[in-house]
Amino acid sequence: MNIITLVKQTPDTAKLSRTLNGLQLSADGQPRIVNPWDEYAIETALQLKEKHGGKKVTALSLGKPEAADALRTSLAMGADEAVLISDPALATVDTLGTARALAAAITRLGGADLIVAGRSAIDGNDAAVPAQLAALLGRPLLSYVAALKAVDAGAKTITVVRALEGGRETVSATLPAILTVVKEIAEPRYPSFMGIRKAAKAPITTLALKDLGLEASALAAGLSWQVGLPQTREVNCEFIAGTPAEQAEALVSKLIEQKVI
Amino acid sequence: MDDSTVGQGPSLELTPEHRMIRDAARDFAQAEIAPIAAHLDETGEFPLDTIRKMGKLGFMALEVPESEGGAGMDTLAYVLALEEICKVDAAHGTIMSVNNSLVCHALLKFGTPAQRSGFLRPIAAGDRIGAYSLTEPMSGSDAATMKTRAVRQADGSYVLTGRKSWVTSGPVADTIIVFAMTDPEAGHRGISAFIVDAHQPGLIRGKHEPKLGIRASATSEIMLDGYRCPAANRLGAEGEGFKIAMIALDAGRIGIAAQALGIAEAAFDAAVGYAREREAFGHKIGEFQGLQFQIADMKTDIEAARLLIMNAALAKTRARVTGERYTQQASMAKLFASETAMRCAHRAVQIHGGMGYSKELPVERYFRDAKITEIYEGTSEIQRMVIARAALGLR
Ligand SMILES: Cc1cc2nc3c(=O)[nH]c(=O)nc-3n(C[C@H](O)[C@H](O)[C@H](O)COP(=O)(O)OP(=O)(O)OC[C@H]3O[C@@H](n4cnc5c(N)ncnc54)[C@H](O)[C@@H]3O)c2cc1C
Repeated sequence: MNIITLVKQTPDTAKLSRTLNGLQLSADGQPRIVNPWDEYAIETALQLKEKHGGKKVTALSLGKPEAADALRTSLAMGADEAVLISDPALATVDTLGTARALAAAITRLGGADLIVAGRSAIDGNDAAVPAQLAALLGRPLLSYVAALKAVDAGAKTITVVRALEGGRETVSATLPAILTVVKEIAEPRYPSFMGIRKAAKAPITTLALKDLGLEASALAAGLSWQVGLPQTREVNCEFIAGTPAEQAEALVSKLIEQKVI
Repeated sequence: MDDSTVGQGPSLELTPEHRMIRDAARDFAQAEIAPIAAHLDETGEFPLDTIRKMGKLGFMALEVPESEGGAGMDTLAYVLALEEICKVDAAHGTIMSVNNSLVCHALLKFGTPAQRSGFLRPIAAGDRIGAYSLTEPMSGSDAATMKTRAVRQADGSYVLTGRKSWVTSGPVADTIIVFAMTDPEAGHRGISAFIVDAHQPGLIRGKHEPKLGIRASATSEIMLDGYRCPAANRLGAEGEGFKIAMIALDAGRIGIAAQALGIAEAAFDAAVGYAREREAFGHKIGEFQGLQFQIADMKTDIEAARLLIMNAALAKTRARVTGERYTQQASMAKLFASETAMRCAHRAVQIHGGMGYSKELPVERYFRDAKITEIYEGTSEIQRMVIARAALGLR
């Protein structure tokens, strides 16, 4: 079984405190980490490979050149190969553009029996890319997977338990499929020092847009957004003076006047 | 110098690999050890679970080549990992340090291929725990006066008899490197080293020593009462034991220095955190110059200790190729770092006032843990002796 695990490098949101403009948190100069949800995806992929004698686990990331660090962590945990999609033209890409680039890279890598991702990324929290990727590749999406019930690489089927707000759902799909996983799936392993040594020396394949045969214009954001404060409502406070009896009298007549009571 | 050459010259920057090692050790220590450190300090329980996990990840034999079952890293990686563990719990650090730099180092350097595959490999993998036993009740700093005897038998094996004390991991160790006299007339040249299987008859473990600090590191006496050691388990040549003991201690002292640095940093971080929050006389206490000067001295000592440790670690890594000793560098790092740990822990308690004396915060534990670094693997007095002798060209 060939498995691709999607890995995003994110800021460590627990350590963000400075704001850029009073509205947005700034991650500049802050340590960046593997999106914690993706660690569960890597662990899932590694366990599947160990259990089903998979061919290989490839960690795939889209990000700035520094995102190679997140891939090194994946390699240190046990991934066999790492591929980084990095291109200055991707700096402002949205989730759909990201999914398009990932889909092109996955096709270029020869596809996979399973693509595993974390349930969302802790920075944007969109949880959109795996679904968009599934649509682009025309493959089933199994999201919020809490347990794998059966994986049959020969028959190319998979049965999983999804953790949903209202309960649990057992669903089956044919492979290749795309999985997003939640915490319960498995406890991510620590990278071993032997793994770190291997990872430090391992090559990381870097793909630019032209390597994927993509034009920057094809990935342009379909959505524009802007960060702002919620609109403030004007509030007038009026203090009613007088004895308690007078205050009560005045209050009640005002409430009646306003049709509150 | 024009700026374009910056980065090509000598640098104290860590490589990405070393940074990954440090971060991995930090993450492990934070997630696995931090939640249990205070409890283990209270009960003195041996942390077998975390030590086994550390073994699987390569913490117990960082410098042993991968071909011998270790992580295959250099000394800098070792000190970075040990420092991170000790920042969270020095007791785990003691267990890790003895296993790595006393036991694995001696077995790797002096072991035969059979000894390395039989004893080093399982210790490197974390499946077995190693110990190093030089000290005796009546022989500490002056190790050459040891009384334990190893008497050679007709079949070439040795019978060991005597009492060893202060054996780190003694109560739980599987394999112990024991130093004993094969030729009492010859003084330190009459000492030999033996790889002792702690599960064989003739070896009796004493009770856990109750201790001031590093309480989760189990320490005990070892009684040898006619313990039979096959000739194949003698480490090095007969009479080479003292040299082996000292060479292992060169490596060990770099580890203790890293342990001390970790404790010093933990104390410093706690002191800075408290000084920024606590108020007195209408000010944060960190705004008082009397306190600032202490913080400045702590920070400077810590950075100086770090540089001495890096210097010793690089010397040890170079020694793999040159075969040179790095005794003086190791002693300077250990002396300075251990006294830094003690000073920083002392000041951190003072800066915390009454809270520094409370079991609710880990600062009092840092204070108790720091002290051992000035004592074991050669007291500060002994380190000064070693450094001065080298400087004066005395033997
Ligand atoms: C928790 C713990 C763990 C230990 N683990 C191990 C272990 O795993 N294996 C092992 O073999 N040993 C171990 N030891 C023993 C340790 O290395 C010795 O305690 C240490 O070397 C000091 O020896 P000593 O206790 O006999 O003190 P002594 O040698 O009796 O020293 C007493 C005092 O005299 C001073 N002194 C001695 N000689 C001189 C001199 N020439 N000039 C100036 N001052 C001097 C010393 O510095 C010290 O202050 C451990 C000890 C402890 C406390």
